[in-house]
Amino acid sequence: MVAFVLRRLALLVVALLVSSFVIFAGLQLAPGDPLAALSGGRSLPPEALEALRAQYRLDDPFLVQYGNWLVHAVQGDLGQSIAQRHDVATIIGERIGVTAQLVALAAVIILVAGVGLGVLAGLRRGPVDAAVLVVTTLLAAIPSFVAAIVLMSVFAVQLGWFPAVGAGDGFADRLHHLVLPAIALAASALAIVARVTRASVREELEREHVETAVSRGLPRRLVLRRHVLRNAAIPIATVSGITILSLIALSAVVERAFGINGLGATLVQAAAAKDLALVQGISLVLVAAFVVGNTLVDLVYAVLDPRVTVGSRAA
Amino acid sequence: MSADAVVRTARSRRARLAAGDVVAWICGGIIALAVLVAILGPLLAPHDPNAADLNDQFVGPVAGHPLGFDAQGRDLLSRLLAGARTSMLGPAAVVVLAMAAGVLAAVTAAWRGGWVDAALGTVMDVLFSFPGILLAILASAVFGPSLWAAVIALSIAYTPYVARVLRSAAVRERAQEYIAAAEVQGASAVAICARHLVPNVAPLIVAQATLLFGYAMVDLAAISFLGLGVQPPQADWGVMVSTGKAGVLQGYPAESLAAGLCIVVVVVAVNLLGERLGERRR
Repeated sequence: MVAFVLRRLALLVVALLVSSFVIFAGLQLAPGDPLAALSGGRSLPPEALEALRAQYRLDDPFLVQYGNWLVHAVQGDLGQSIAQRHDVATIIGERIGVTAQLVALAAVIILVAGVGLGVLAGLRRGPVDAAVLVVTTLLAAIPSFVAAIVLMSVFAVQLGWFPAVGAGDGFADRLHHLVLPAIALAASALAIVARVTRASVREELEREHVETAVSRGLPRRLVLRRHVLRNAAIPIATVSGITILSLIALSAVVERAFGINGLGATLVQAAAAKDLALVQGISLVLVAAFVVGNTLVDLVYAVLDPRVTVGSRAA
Repeated sequence: MSADAVVRTARSRRARLAAGDVVAWICGGIIALAVLVAILGPLLAPHDPNAADLNDQFVGPVAGHPLGFDAQGRDLLSRLLAGARTSMLGPAAVVVLAMAAGVLAAVTAAWRGGWVDAALGTVMDVLFSFPGILLAILASAVFGPSLWAAVIALSIAYTPYVARVLRSAAVRERAQEYIAAAEVQGASAVAICARHLVPNVAPLIVAQATLLFGYAMVDLAAISFLGLGVQPPQADWGVMVSTGKAGVLQGYPAESLAAGLCIVVVVVAVNLLGERLGERRR
């Protein structure tokens, strides 16, 4: 177990280092002069360009720039957004809250509706099961931005139950604004979680020890809780974790659709404007969240299912 | 079980198989139609997909324009037909690139084993830390927004998923006796892999490629929706969902919904077909 955790943590550090390097190096390779955004197309006198290059440390060797950037990033200093003339870390701090709330709300929807539908379909054969299968097949194929447009058209524009754009202020208003975006973000992930839940509940139901328990006359509730749901929980927890993590990047799409000024929408704007420092900073935060989350899912999986760590020792 | 019950079970199983085949045929038909439109789209379009007339803004279906017009007064049906090309070609390119890289990595890892396998596994694990959409946004910041930057970024992001699934199948195949026999006869590793190993895992490759097409279609359309893929005014389903948003807010959702529906129908067909191909293997 300890060896497994250590190896997983080592992989986490490697992944963080490599991905930070890719983010930095990739954007450094971008054609075009980073100062072009600042000068806005005007030609500046050479002394001014010189001063700006020194201010943004553009003349240091490549690896020195990466090292500086990483050391500062670890300390929470992600540099200056040249286009917005603002601290990247400050911009991220202002925008990260609404993205986190959006993903959290979508996660709640996935866990309640996805796992709920899956258990229901797994336990009841017949029309309920068939209906859940059809609905999840359709939901799984609906991209988040199409779901966003449909929800916006029906519930915001036609019925007027929810606001169409923006994120709102204060708890109740924020929740009211985020309901439709969260559903759009959750829709296809919910379908995947429901299908995996259904399959694993079905698999556990057909196990011999479950059939034995039923044939010995144990109460159905007890058998379900103690033998079926408990064992089915392992794959359900893993797939829920992985799909919820995938929403971190996907939130950019939903934020853009609903005009929410979160981290993802800011990243898209920054990419279109070639605001490299901002793109680097936000990508780093998103990738770090994704990688750390993946590590947590793996560790939880190892705790829930001891076979994982035993297998890794044998290997 | 009575003889009657046995007969009934067999009959219901046969019925289910036949139903599965019907679904597979329908899905195949939808995909074939989409491919045909992707190839012939601009020729089939009854009007110029980029001819705008603001007098026709948001006008509904009329004679000669069965789906009506978009926010700029362009014929919606013509734009949908013309948009099939980039919407289908992009995912197809992603499938070809990611499958080629994934198969190569999987077969190499399975064949060499040892440190090569471990090293490739670590590279794939690191690649897993980049969600496809994020990598595509980064690519657009570096190379400027375009379909091809997004295609390359997604191909890289999907490769580890392909490699992981195919590696275990290739390892199982590698352990078969006929491979050892071929080696003893002096066949080269490349020849054995190309002639025997890859063809024997081909059904899995086809199933994977089909499912991958669906994911790639959704992700590429999302990137075009963000304005970082195919650029307007070129017609593309993802672009159309995005440019139709103005209409949605004014109560004319036809453009966004029609383009969104095209994406969903093709993706449902591809997913169902991919699932069936995967099941038939077992």
